[in-house]
Amino acid sequence: MKIGTPKEILDGENRVAMTPDSAVQLQKLGYDCAIEKGAGAAAGFSDAAYEAVGVEVVKTAASLWKNSDIVAKVRIPTETEMKRLTKGKTLISFFNPAGNEEGMELAKSKGANVIAMEMVPRISRAQKMDALSSMANIAGYRAVIEAGNNFGRFFTGQVTAAGKVPPAKVLIVGAGVAGLAAIGTSTSLGAITYAFDVRPEVAEQVESMGAEFVYLDFEEEQQDGAATGGYASVQSEEFRNAQLAKFRELAPEMDIVITTALIPNRPAPKLWLEDMVKAMKPGSVIVDLAAERGGNVEGTVPDEKVVTDNGVTIIGYTDFPSRMAAQSSSLYATNIRHMMTDLTPEKDGQINHDMEDDVIRGATVTHEGEITFPPPPPKVQAIAAQKKPEVKELTPEEKKAQEIAAFKAQTKQQFTLLGVGGALMLLVGLVAPASFMQHFIVFVLAVFVGFQVIWGVAHSLHTPLMAITNAISSIIIVGALMQIGSGSFLVILLAALSVFMAGINIFGGFLVTRRMLAMFQKS
Amino acid sequence: MIGFTTAAYVVAAVLFILSLGGLSNQESAKRAVWYGIVGMALAVFATLVGPGSGLWLLSILLIIGGGLIGQYVAQRVQMTEMPQLVAAMHSLVGLAAVFVGFNAHFEIGNVAQVMAIVDSAKDADLSDLGAFAKLIAKKTPAELAILHVELFLGIFIGAITFTGSVVAYGKLAGKVTSAATKLPGGHALNAAAAGLSLICLFWYTSTGGFLPLFLMTLAALFIGYHLIMGIGGADMPVVVSMLNSYSGWAAAAIGFSLGNDLLIVVGALVGSSGAILSYIMCKAMNRHFVSVILGGFGGSSGPQMEVEGEQVAIEADGVAAALNDADSVIIIPGYGMAVAQAQQSVSELVRKLRAKGKNVRFAIHPVAGRLPGHMNVLLAEAKVPYDIVLEMDEINEDFPETDVAIVIGSNDIVNPAAQEDPNSPIAGMPVLECWKAKQVFVSKRGQGTGYSGIENPLFFKENTRMFYGDAKQSLDKLLPMID
Repeated sequence: MKIGTPKEILDGENRVAMTPDSAVQLQKLGYDCAIEKGAGAAAGFSDAAYEAVGVEVVKTAASLWKNSDIVAKVRIPTETEMKRLTKGKTLISFFNPAGNEEGMELAKSKGANVIAMEMVPRISRAQKMDALSSMANIAGYRAVIEAGNNFGRFFTGQVTAAGKVPPAKVLIVGAGVAGLAAIGTSTSLGAITYAFDVRPEVAEQVESMGAEFVYLDFEEEQQDGAATGGYASVQSEEFRNAQLAKFRELAPEMDIVITTALIPNRPAPKLWLEDMVKAMKPGSVIVDLAAERGGNVEGTVPDEKVVTDNGVTIIGYTDFPSRMAAQSSSLYATNIRHMMTDLTPEKDGQINHDMEDDVIRGATVTHEGEITFPPPPPKVQAIAAQKKPEVKELTPEEKKAQEIAAFKAQTKQQFTLLGVGGALMLLVGLVAPASFMQHFIVFVLAVFVGFQVIWGVAHSLHTPLMAITNAISSIIIVGALMQIGSGSFLVILLAALSVFMAGINIFGGFLVTRRMLAMFQKS
Repeated sequence: MIGFTTAAYVVAAVLFILSLGGLSNQESAKRAVWYGIVGMALAVFATLVGPGSGLWLLSILLIIGGGLIGQYVAQRVQMTEMPQLVAAMHSLVGLAAVFVGFNAHFEIGNVAQVMAIVDSAKDADLSDLGAFAKLIAKKTPAELAILHVELFLGIFIGAITFTGSVVAYGKLAGKVTSAATKLPGGHALNAAAAGLSLICLFWYTSTGGFLPLFLMTLAALFIGYHLIMGIGGADMPVVVSMLNSYSGWAAAAIGFSLGNDLLIVVGALVGSSGAILSYIMCKAMNRHFVSVILGGFGGSSGPQMEVEGEQVAIEADGVAAALNDADSVIIIPGYGMAVAQAQQSVSELVRKLRAKGKNVRFAIHPVAGRLPGHMNVLLAEAKVPYDIVLEMDEINEDFPETDVAIVIGSNDIVNPAAQEDPNSPIAGMPVLECWKAKQVFVSKRGQGTGYSGIENPLFFKENTRMFYGDAKQSLDKLLPMID
């Protein structure tokens, strides 16, 4: 079968869905590759580079669509493009199925199969084809770079001969893939970085990237990202108010704000309101990565850079990945290539559209003349659910009662043991002579101490424990030494042998223990 | 001088307790060994200058001689041979206990002879006979009877420890067949030998002659031999810790007969330590101590489940590809890793995978290997950091989120039959639930069943691939393919 990639039609779109590198890999899967003339030029891949690896360069889009069994592209296809699909063709592209009814109807009527790259489920196995993540990563990086480009000062604080420069303060709202990438870029440029997200479990990830997580003073149970496949979802009114209050407090201090908050299949939530923009210092920069879906910031104009009356720049570009076309094309092409690998289990150049497979099923929006969107929930959960404490809260009285009961049971048990033990001791004491009893008490106490001490020994140290008890058990040497001074030759001989053997044990046991313990080391 | 010795003994006893207690974590353990060494040095010194003042030059020479051998062995031993070494050393303690017990008996005889001549303990000239004899001379008849019982017990336990440890050594070193073998008559022979020992005890306390003591020693030696011969290799962790316990009790019994509190204290410490270890091991296998000691697995109550499916083999490149794609890996080592000396290769694999940012951890079953904590020591030797080596309870619930589980030379401890088949001989034994990982690779020498002879359904599961071959060679083949 043949995989073809047309030139992107949308104005300003520089990316391309196939690179020379990915074409080599696709050919290994048994496919022939074709590309429209000049499709890779904007991303820095010349037609010659494609031809060098055996990709057929096709002159017109029309003939490319006609001759390809599989079409891989980046942007949502236009109507013209959709009309070029025929029965049995497979299209792999971003598709925005939730807002693209007509597109799906058209594909259905044509009988074509459409795989929407944004629908790849977020499970570990599918990460290699998760194009949203790879594009978001680039967008996050580029957002910081754009912000820096429009920000009149350094990111990092410096003390120079010409005066002191304070470090820039950056706030990232939404710690998804784009947010985390922005955090990484911002901290490595030296800015003081803060980050906020509605999912408290990402605090750890935020902190691992070197930013400070902004916590809310909010009592209500915060949402668990695991239930929604790792994405954020809509929040309650109280939560939103608490969140806005926190932003209002932070706004005057922040030099750069980057908002990345998106909720799947919904318009972007408005998080940075007009009064917050007004409260910011002149010269501050806001980058709204959600501009394509309406923006998180009041005053964002999609695809434009605007400067407010108080001198705050709001950047609403929607083509961040396209601005780094070489990088984003190679990542996207790799995502497509991995998708093809999963679609071609036999590596024979034939698509096996397995609708039982969680990933393929999830991403397919039309298949054999049927609309298959939305997909059923995947069988594998994206993220392990957080454990909720199951023990219900006890009232103080109940707790107290329980403690008393446990204490009583323990007391009873100990009393019984002590009673039985004591009675036995008394019985022994009645018949045994005093000298024996003295030793016996010592013995019982030692056993007791031994039990108390050994329970605390770490599991991993059981072998050293055996070696050291082995060395210590050669204390029998003391007995042999007491006897070696005897007058009888036989006794001296046996005692001497015992001393010798115990000597082996003492040195062997302790040395081997030391050798073992020296090996245990932390990473 | 007696005051000094007693004081030194008290200090030594405290040091020994601190030494065992210090093993609660890896860092304090290094200090704990020094407590033990100082305690032992103090005990020996105090005894040399105090009650055992005779022939001290010979004593020191013997200790140094033994010490040189001990040092040589300790430096030469391979970490995989640790179980054998520990067993061999237990046998020395057992034999020493037997000798010291015999000596006590001879001294009683010597003292009686002298006293018979002089007629009264006060006038008797016991200066030739040494410190211990003086102690005996002061004893009343009731105390002498107790002394008889004490030294009898000391010799009995010591003799069992001696032959038991020798057999355990043979089995662990592969010099004796590790399968459970019994002489015809089975446990009846053990019971007869125990009965004979009991008769000898009454005989000995009433006459005080050497013959019953000698007969009992033979019987005890036989019990030790036959008991351990009847226990299979997989139960060796229990056996070794049990023998460890016995060597302690033998020392304690000898301590009673010599009237030496330090021996009693230390013997009791070692004895209880071994007892607890045996208990932990038995619990990890969900078996009773008695059934382990009597050998063989408990009888199953019905036919075992049929295992369906087939074992699918895989080559090194397949394993490497899966590992390259995986984010989280759990390795489950077993005795097979020790046999193949594969711990260095495992460590190298872990180093490579971790360098790529993968989450690699080890899951250790309490009875993996042939000695309690055996795997931990091997991994430590191969410089695997101990904070990624986890116990069964810490890691078992992480398997469902793990991409790849690698089973290296373990079998029964990863057998799902323990949970799924109520008729399985190992039903109810806690196992590592590695089959819940997305993919499982089993490195194994061949298709045969594990030590216990039980079929392992894990090998037939859909997400399991068998990586046949010697563990070290397989891993060495795999290593260059991890990029």
